[in-house]
Amino acid sequence: MKRHDDDQDEKLSPASDRRAHVDDRTALLVRETRTPAERGDPGPYGTAVTLEDVSITFGDHVAVRNVTLQMPARQVTALVGPSGCGKTSVLRAINRLHDHTGGAVRGSVRLGNLEVYGPDVQPEVLRSRIGMVFQRPNPFPTMSIFDNVISGLRFNGVRSKRLLREMGIAALHNAALWDIVKDRLHQPALRLSGGQQQRLCIARALAIEPEVLLMDEPCSALDPVATAKIEDLIRHLSSEVTIALVTHNMFQAARVSDNVAVFLLGDDRVGELVEVGPADQVFDSPSDARTKAYVTGHVG
Amino acid sequence: MRTLQAAEVGDGALPDMGAVEVARRRVIVRDCARRSIRRRRLTGRTMQVICLIAVPIGVAPLVALVVATVSKGAGALSIGFLVHAPTPEGVPGGGISTAIIGSGEIVAYAVAMAVPLGLFVALFLFERPGPIASSIRFAADVMSGVPSIIIGIFAYAVYVEQFHRFSNVAAGFALGVLMLPIMIRANEEAMRTVSVDLWEAGISLGARRSRVARSVVLRGALPGVVTGNLLALARAVGETAPLLFTVASPTLAMTLLIFNDATQPFPDAQQTAWGTALVLLGLVLILSVAARTLAWTLNRKTR
Repeated sequence: MKRHDDDQDEKLSPASDRRAHVDDRTALLVRETRTPAERGDPGPYGTAVTLEDVSITFGDHVAVRNVTLQMPARQVTALVGPSGCGKTSVLRAINRLHDHTGGAVRGSVRLGNLEVYGPDVQPEVLRSRIGMVFQRPNPFPTMSIFDNVISGLRFNGVRSKRLLREMGIAALHNAALWDIVKDRLHQPALRLSGGQQQRLCIARALAIEPEVLLMDEPCSALDPVATAKIEDLIRHLSSEVTIALVTHNMFQAARVSDNVAVFLLGDDRVGELVEVGPADQVFDSPSDARTKAYVTGHVG
Repeated sequence: MRTLQAAEVGDGALPDMGAVEVARRRVIVRDCARRSIRRRRLTGRTMQVICLIAVPIGVAPLVALVVATVSKGAGALSIGFLVHAPTPEGVPGGGISTAIIGSGEIVAYAVAMAVPLGLFVALFLFERPGPIASSIRFAADVMSGVPSIIIGIFAYAVYVEQFHRFSNVAAGFALGVLMLPIMIRANEEAMRTVSVDLWEAGISLGARRSRVARSVVLRGALPGVVTGNLLALARAVGETAPLLFTVASPTLAMTLLIFNDATQPFPDAQQTAWGTALVLLGLVLILSVAARTLAWTLNRKTR
């Protein structure tokens, strides 16, 4: 596949023209080579998630190595890169999902000022501050639509019916799902379409009012129309919630993200963070040669 | 967990969406989570303790059974016990070779009958869903619940009475009838684990249904088929009731020998019964382990 693309690049002039053009442009720009993390620029609302020298290993296998990254609060940070380069592993380190999958996380992960892997941290309480949306929509099949939305609240000990109702409705509004489901809140969640199920999962994650929302390729199982709706939602939600979005779709990252972190596979098959910065900077004038190849090569 | 009723959800008027509102709700949820964590942890711990207590209680009968059989039967075991024919009461020595051979023969007949039949019936159920398949499936479910003594009487009626003689073939037939419904259901379940996608992939390559059934469905279901059949076999080996009406002499099958010798007043006979029980237990164990190992090996090959 890769070799095939290279062949085409040599044969077809338009492709090489385009690449040459990009090279010219980047050469002319005065580049800010330091990333926001290196500049210590936390964004207008501070830094929501900080990763410092984070490495994740599964047994002998090192999934990703030495990641240092800051996610500014109330912005969308996209983690992009090819499959198997550790984006999802990094995402799952933030809410300690590796506690249950045998992955070992080294380095420092902080939510605000809280050391996520600190000795006194109760993972359950930590996770009540972080929402997560997965690749495939996974509403609880035995629960109704509304019970799905408020399930996180119930798991966290919210018992007041008034609160459950109020916060469940708010979450459905926030996920732009209320008008669709308001007349069938008590139907099984699986009757919804795939895109609607995914928005239901977003509503479920939003109901606990997370400070950070982790999204692991939330559109990979959806059609373009449903994808567009989720992307609108991501843009809209980022005014209140910090969003970490794993995607291997560069166009999606360009459409919705404020910041982009590019992960690639190193020579020894270990994932590493090669570049991080504001989206326009990473896409228009990447400072790392490997990023440039990845971004301009129209891979993914 | 209670379901909220429609009336309680109300008209869904949009609450104030300002940042203050978000902050307020965040405080509420964090507060609830923090205040309830002690109770939630306690509930979790309690459940863990209950599970931990349940494990030894559940396993105890099994362990006790094995310990009792080994301690009482080990004394009877020797090479001679396995290879010598039984001797009349009061004559020392003697073994259970006839019973082992007889049981083996009976099981061989049962396997020869039930394994291919079970496979073909299951293939039919899988390939031709409809009212006929449903009724066969229902019949198999009912059959697997039929008490084994009734299967014994049935075998007696259709074989022993017809041919006017007891034989291992009749006993094998009875055990085959006993295993068949279990095997059919196990095979079909195993075939269902092969995804429709793979079936469609085979069909779309131009393969005939029968070829897909062989190369995709059966091959994919093989680990489950092997496990299911061996487990059904392990269960049948230990059956006594179907043999009561079909086998010529209690010395020709292990389970009958156990029943016969254990109910006699002579210590020697009782010792033989325990020894035979131990041999049988060992055989069933070997069959079960073989089933798991084989399934594991077959599964591993695909990775």
